[in-house]
Amino acid sequence: MRNALRIFFVGGYISYRALFGFLSLWIFIPTLVLTPIFQILLFAYIGRAAGGHSDQFYVVGNAIQYSSVPCLFAMTQTIAEERFWQTLGPLLISPAGRLPLFLGRALPVIANGLVVAAFSLFAGGLILGVTLAGADWARLAPVLLVAAFSCTGLGLVNAAIGLRVRETAVLSNVFVGILLIFSGANVPLSELPGWMADIGRALPLTHGIEAARAVASGHSLASVRGLLGREALIGVAYSVGGFFLIRFFEVQSRRHASLERV
Amino acid sequence: MIRTARLLAFGWVLHFKMLSQSAFDGFLAILWPLFFATVAFFMFRHGSRNAALGPIALGAAVMGVWTATSVSASSALQRERRLGTLELLVAAPTNLALILLPVALATSTIGLYCIVATLLWARILFGIHVPVAHPLPFGLGILGIVFTIGSLGFLMAVAFVRSRRAWAIGAVSEYPVWLICGFLVPISLLPHWVKPISWVLGPTWGMRAIHAGAFGGSAWGDVALCFALGLAYIAFGNLLLGRMIDAARRRATLSLT
Repeated sequence: MRNALRIFFVGGYISYRALFGFLSLWIFIPTLVLTPIFQILLFAYIGRAAGGHSDQFYVVGNAIQYSSVPCLFAMTQTIAEERFWQTLGPLLISPAGRLPLFLGRALPVIANGLVVAAFSLFAGGLILGVTLAGADWARLAPVLLVAAFSCTGLGLVNAAIGLRVRETAVLSNVFVGILLIFSGANVPLSELPGWMADIGRALPLTHGIEAARAVASGHSLASVRGLLGREALIGVAYSVGGFFLIRFFEVQSRRHASLERV
Repeated sequence: MIRTARLLAFGWVLHFKMLSQSAFDGFLAILWPLFFATVAFFMFRHGSRNAALGPIALGAAVMGVWTATSVSASSALQRERRLGTLELLVAAPTNLALILLPVALATSTIGLYCIVATLLWARILFGIHVPVAHPLPFGLGILGIVFTIGSLGFLMAVAFVRSRRAWAIGAVSEYPVWLICGFLVPISLLPHWVKPISWVLGPTWGMRAIHAGAFGGSAWGDVALCFALGLAYIAFGNLLLGRMIDAARRRATLSLT
């Protein structure tokens, strides 16, 4: 148990440090600090041009939707980078338990997703004049956390596919695009065709965005617990699915000797 | 003159073929703007202003040209550096600008796929019909925007020659250019201080020319400005490239190792 905890915390921390050792501040600031702000501005202005919703609608929606970028990319890169540096083989023949090994890598990713979403919300709101009171932030924090957790679950699925597919960055971008359309970040589910709304409800972030909008409008955390519960459940489902997919592809890649095909 | 034209044409064809090789990259180049186009179509369709969707489809289509160019062109020199060919290109007797310009133009030409794909997407899935009132100015507007975006990509490639992370700077420019060049949002809606920035960006005039060509109005002035700004980027980029390469040679920092 103690060993599993060590792999979970220390392994996850080292893996994340390694990732951001390669991804320097010159990448972190443009991609995870500036771009989400520009995305918020883009959609807020499109909303103004179209006569859509309030600025707050787009600030909250896009800040949370953008957390999918760190959650999906970072989670996937923790495996893809192992392959690139040819350390994936030694990692997978180690006797370390797979659950702490891979879930440990998810923990800092969730924290990063939370920070990116919170900063985007703050900066985007500041620029567009959307002010949130201190109490709103306190209620929003758990919502952002659950949304980041849920999306990291999808990141785990993406990481598993990365054991078989080389173009993991393309795949991550496709997932980000799907979330942009289906999660209700810019178009409420009620304005999407029924089948699209149904897909949206099965994706991470959708319920988190809805809950965050309600909380930012002054609703209590208790009033959105149903949405938060669904978001967390979706996160658990994707995480479990991702974990089993990793195990499956690990076995497959051993069988087909395709583990380090770069 | 003929040798220069041949070099540019050969370089453009070569890089266009190279960029078309990766099915995954090509797929993403087309798909990525479609995500944004889809969101924009839904937003405008349900918006209270009942804006015509034809101009939105055109704007969304042109967004893809910038997407195809911003990251690829910005990181063009870094790519050569990674492949170990940058020193050879710099040492070659040919002006480096004549080698780099077709690379940037090839990336923006890939954007033509995005234009076609987005217009088909708009037509088939959303029933948005884009009429072309004046085919000649419309066609010249499309050519102009591909040229000016390619030239802007060339300028970015030159400006970031000293950076290993040029792609990240290219990526961060994607949304701002979409926004301030009036692809989906009228420039009149933006803050006053943004407008002069949009005026010095060629895609702004290219977009105006395409709108005028499609929906009526005089496009010739906008087409001329679009091409003129493209030429200005090339001239400025050429000037900057000489200085950058000189500095890199003097300090032995070309390979950034």
